[in-house]
Amino acid sequence: MRKIVEHALIIRHREIVPTYFELEFIAPDIARQALPGQFVHLRVTRSLDPLLRRPFGIYNVEQKIGSVTVFYRVVGRGTAMLSDLHTAETVDVLGPLGNTFSIPSTMQRAVVVGGGVGIAPLVYLARVLAERKVEVMVLLGASTAGFLVGRDILKRLGVDYMVATDDGSEGLKGHVTELLERMIDRKRFDYIYACGPEPMMVKVTEIAQQNGIPGELSLEEHMACGIGACLGCAKKVRRPADGQDVYAKVCTDGPVFRIGEVVFNA
Amino acid sequence: MPDRKKKEKERPAVNLAVDLGGIPLRNPVTVASGTFGYGREYEEFVDLKRLGAVIVKGTTLEPRAGNPPPRIVETPAGMLNAIGLENPGVEAFVSEHLPYLAGRGVTIIANIAGDTVEEYAALAARLDGQPDLAGIEVNISCPNVKRGGMQFGTDPGMVREVVTAVRENTGKPLVVKLSPNVTDIVQMARVAVEAGADALSLINTLLGMAIDVEKQRPVLANVFGGLSGPAIKPVAVRMVYQVAREVDVPILGMGGIMSLGDVLEFLLAGATAVSVGTGNFVEPHLSQRLVGELESYLEARGIADVRELVGAAWGRNGR
Repeated sequence: MRKIVEHALIIRHREIVPTYFELEFIAPDIARQALPGQFVHLRVTRSLDPLLRRPFGIYNVEQKIGSVTVFYRVVGRGTAMLSDLHTAETVDVLGPLGNTFSIPSTMQRAVVVGGGVGIAPLVYLARVLAERKVEVMVLLGASTAGFLVGRDILKRLGVDYMVATDDGSEGLKGHVTELLERMIDRKRFDYIYACGPEPMMVKVTEIAQQNGIPGELSLEEHMACGIGACLGCAKKVRRPADGQDVYAKVCTDGPVFRIGEVVFNA
Repeated sequence: MPDRKKKEKERPAVNLAVDLGGIPLRNPVTVASGTFGYGREYEEFVDLKRLGAVIVKGTTLEPRAGNPPPRIVETPAGMLNAIGLENPGVEAFVSEHLPYLAGRGVTIIANIAGDTVEEYAALAARLDGQPDLAGIEVNISCPNVKRGGMQFGTDPGMVREVVTAVRENTGKPLVVKLSPNVTDIVQMARVAVEAGADALSLINTLLGMAIDVEKQRPVLANVFGGLSGPAIKPVAVRMVYQVAREVDVPILGMGGIMSLGDVLEFLLAGATAVSVGTGNFVEPHLSQRLVGELESYLEARGIADVRELVGAAWGRNGR
């Protein structure tokens, strides 16, 4: 694995629903290496303000053309500036960064739980799982039907999925974790992957532990360097070796952590 | 014939080497402590040997866990950080990180920080016998636990005390990193030199804060943090300019360096060498790129020696 900086040509950039963007760029050296769970670190402008890169989970990779796709929501000035970039312009990309989801060989039926934009890195994971013939079900959650991310890719892959929306505009009316609770007995999942807002991750952890099912969470954190130098993206984790709480770097120790390892609200 | 031609091409047409208070640097571009880890983090982007020096992450006597998150926040053309000196302690530095870097032919400068004068002295003594260490940078922007948490670097008496203690415990070249959070930077510089500093580095981060207007709370868990990045560059250039004219030791200038123009500004203000800091986070290969650009600039301008630029912006009349 080699991290690199590429000035990547944007080949697709569209607003799927208001504030939700899909950005695809040509970065062959990153695409060739990218594994599910990893992220890319993008500069949103060539000028010095805003200064720092922005991390985005890898949403999809097309090896044939060497492209990487990310999915993001405009939440501030940085992502707003990113959303102004056009097709045929270039974007400065650093990647691939971070660790990856593990795919245990003993795994038979995986469930993938995503909330909001947190679904993005899970779509690439679902694709890799499907390609490896692992039985996988994806549970998607969003505030409303329009904000459900990645259904087109999942449909194309033929991956089973179910949805939950806060307003009941599609699927179950309620949280995606309620969907997980309903399906967990019926489907006998033996591995859980999750990414989403913190309350969702806390709930997924609780459900996984109650049912004795192992799994992994992908975290989001503000970060400066993305390569383990600035120590800005610290997250408290319980070290398995001695049960001590220590700070881990989300950028290089993560973004993927085992369920139960992350100490939330700390 | 082709061999000879190659040799000629490799021989630098200009001199980039400088001396930082007894630390020979192959060129004036170094990387700042706390922004470059222990060097390894950047090996995929930078040929570490090509840098003037790598100033490694701040080391304390004992391991430190660091501050709770959030530790960083972006601000206009810069960022605030309150990492809390997370590091594995001096023993891990000496046994793991130092040999690794030394084996790669890197010029290494350690950076030390403590809660008490005694801790600084013990750190200096521990590092004194390390042959792979070119010098020690002393971070005096730390709270003095025995004096109610007041920063060492903001009180001339404490600057004298801590630099004297370090000086008594090591023969290594000492670079004292000054805090900009003072009324009179020149006074602090003079005190540090009198107490035994061989060089000064300036500036450390400027104390700042940011408030989350939604939560109506400070963003950083530590409330205050150190401001770095292009936002502080004019302050840094001014301080280098003021200090360089008043002291006889070389200066390592830093604060918001992102381009060749920034490097030149610091040299012209009177810095003998510079450190790239926050810029490493944005562009991981920035330091090495600047070495190349500086060399090309000197060649293009017909400047035989980079030292000709040092302090060249000084006027004749007191300014």
